[in-house]
Amino acid sequence: MTVLASPGPAGTGSRFARAGALLRAREVGIGVVLLVVFGVTTAHNHNFADANSVQQLLSGAALIAMLGVGETLVIVTRNVDLSVGSVVGLSAYVIGDLFSHHPGMPVILGFAVGIGIGAVIGAINGFITAALRVPSLVVTLAMLYIVRGVDGRVVNGVIIVPSNIPSAFVAIGFRTFLGIPWLAIIAFLIVVVVAYAMRSFRSGRDLYAIGSNPEAAALAGVLSARRVFTAFVFSGALAGLAGALFLALHAEVDVTAGTGYELLVVAAVVVGGVAIFGGSGTVVGAALGALLLNTINQALVASRVSSFWNEAIAGALLLGAIAFDRWLSLRVARGLRSAEGAHRDL
Amino acid sequence: MTSEPVWRRALRWETGLVVVLIAVLVFGSVRSSDFLNTTTLFYVGLNMGEIAIMALPLMLIVITGEIDLSVASMLGLSGAVLGQLTADGWPVGLAMVAALVTGALGGALNGMLVARLGLPSIAVTIGTLTLFRGLAEIVLGARTITAFPASLTKIGVVPLPGTHLAYSAVIFIAAAVVFGVVLHATRAGRSIVAAGLAPEAAQFAGIRVRRLKFGLFVLSGVLCALAGILFTLKNASVSYNAGTGLELNVVAIVLFGGVSIFGGRGTVIGVVLSVIIFGTLQQVLTQMQIQPEVQNIITGVLLLISVILPNGGEAVRRIRARLRTGSGPVRAPAPPARSVTPSDSALTRQENTQ
Repeated sequence: MTVLASPGPAGTGSRFARAGALLRAREVGIGVVLLVVFGVTTAHNHNFADANSVQQLLSGAALIAMLGVGETLVIVTRNVDLSVGSVVGLSAYVIGDLFSHHPGMPVILGFAVGIGIGAVIGAINGFITAALRVPSLVVTLAMLYIVRGVDGRVVNGVIIVPSNIPSAFVAIGFRTFLGIPWLAIIAFLIVVVVAYAMRSFRSGRDLYAIGSNPEAAALAGVLSARRVFTAFVFSGALAGLAGALFLALHAEVDVTAGTGYELLVVAAVVVGGVAIFGGSGTVVGAALGALLLNTINQALVASRVSSFWNEAIAGALLLGAIAFDRWLSLRVARGLRSAEGAHRDL
Repeated sequence: MTSEPVWRRALRWETGLVVVLIAVLVFGSVRSSDFLNTTTLFYVGLNMGEIAIMALPLMLIVITGEIDLSVASMLGLSGAVLGQLTADGWPVGLAMVAALVTGALGGALNGMLVARLGLPSIAVTIGTLTLFRGLAEIVLGARTITAFPASLTKIGVVPLPGTHLAYSAVIFIAAAVVFGVVLHATRAGRSIVAAGLAPEAAQFAGIRVRRLKFGLFVLSGVLCALAGILFTLKNASVSYNAGTGLELNVVAIVLFGGVSIFGGRGTVIGVVLSVIIFGTLQQVLTQMQIQPEVQNIITGVLLLISVILPNGGEAVRRIRARLRTGSGPVRAPAPPARSVTPSDSALTRQENTQ
């Protein structure tokens, strides 16, 4: 892309272009793996390419992709948000509970409540992390427990069942538009908008600056604390929205809803090429990572591989992705170093 | 950073933990007159033993600036190996050795990926968390194995003869003493702290940081496997999902014990106090018939307090300074102490210029 070549200092354009091409290859690479997995599985089991099966695949991946977008914003700033799974659970349950007590409640209000809950929790995470300068890993781990505990308190043994929820709301979970599930469309729109903002808005570039080099970002006048706070609010709000969609998709919620999603999301994001120590990675990659993990899971089911193998293969894949990332970054670094000469510090 | 204020702050943290522990004990005995008895002691040890054993090596790993999130999956995998081999007719002793070897191998995998290849431990151990749990699932499938000799499963019911302590608690205490001596009074222990405080300086001082980290991951694997054996025998049954999610409890205990997530700071006594506080608190809340989910709130709040308090003084000072000067320097949140490798920073610099 020519955009890459323009801003660099004189004579460095081709270097950045080359490194950029390598980096972009990451998204392309995931796409290729995705197609291979899809193709091989379909060859084994033709039902895998059925409209129904693909729709199911997209709906499942949409939730994780959405969470992955929020998680990417946070991880890019060298932080992490482990509370998303609990937020999904709480948001899904509270909305379901509201619907069962007020069956006439407008659907849009359900979404607003979910996003609101998530944003508030995200704001707490962001405030403690950014203003009090407490490591986000610990803060959001604590929030994971607290929110799950509040959820338990709210749920108190009562389970939301499909008959509690207005059909207009459940419809969002299974309706399709031109054959594409609404869930996937919503996730796609979020990915596109956020990807654009991360690429072209000052606030988006600030997040990368903070993650690349916090001191340099501060000296350059980046309002780091404010940006990190916003990233957490965003991640929380998206988790709240994902909670609403979880309810629409499953129509059944108990206290365990969303348990363990935090690690699933981090895994998807890392597979998608977002560096866990911040500063690089795209939301498109994160979304593709989520889609790839979900496709592999479904592919194992469709290939009649014993479902007991799913988790082990997912783990091995994650390790492979991390190692591949390392290899790639070493190659890029070597390329940069040899192109630039000796003045760059090691 | 000199060692003096760090040492003083650590001391103050442990003092705080003692106060919290006394508060919990007083609260418990006010709620119920027969709280402070040997039965409570036994159950605290029985409930906390395995988690506590896993917390010791994790503490060392966190002090070096890394993390191991695969601990509970290793517990599950070791239990699955023990269960499957016992069901296959192996002598239990041999099956236990196999479980421990599994732990060492799993730890070596973590160690190799983190220390040799230099991959971020948080990502690697999320991967092995999934991998180890998956292997346990492959070994056991949907079966639950219960065929363990009663002479061994009694550890879940009776205390060690002559004491009122659960077997796992006794093992934890013995291990904690060893860890305490090693961490605080030997060259190897101080190397661990040095590696966490300043990895490069430690390297130049002749400490083999990578080898040290590798060794700690192997140690973690073995002790988590031991915890898996104890967990399996205590419950007298094992299925592939045994102990799922315990990793976060272990991490919470280590951090509440005053071990810095950025590495370089932490004491064994802090972690031991943290274990006892969590154990007794859980016992008190269970006696009050509070749901386990709600007990999570208390775990989370304690964890939050444990990180906000040490930073709170500084935060207040900073905000005051900013109020005085109108607008003080806006600085980034504390960056992780783990050094970013040259290749990473080269990558991010590139990304940054887009």
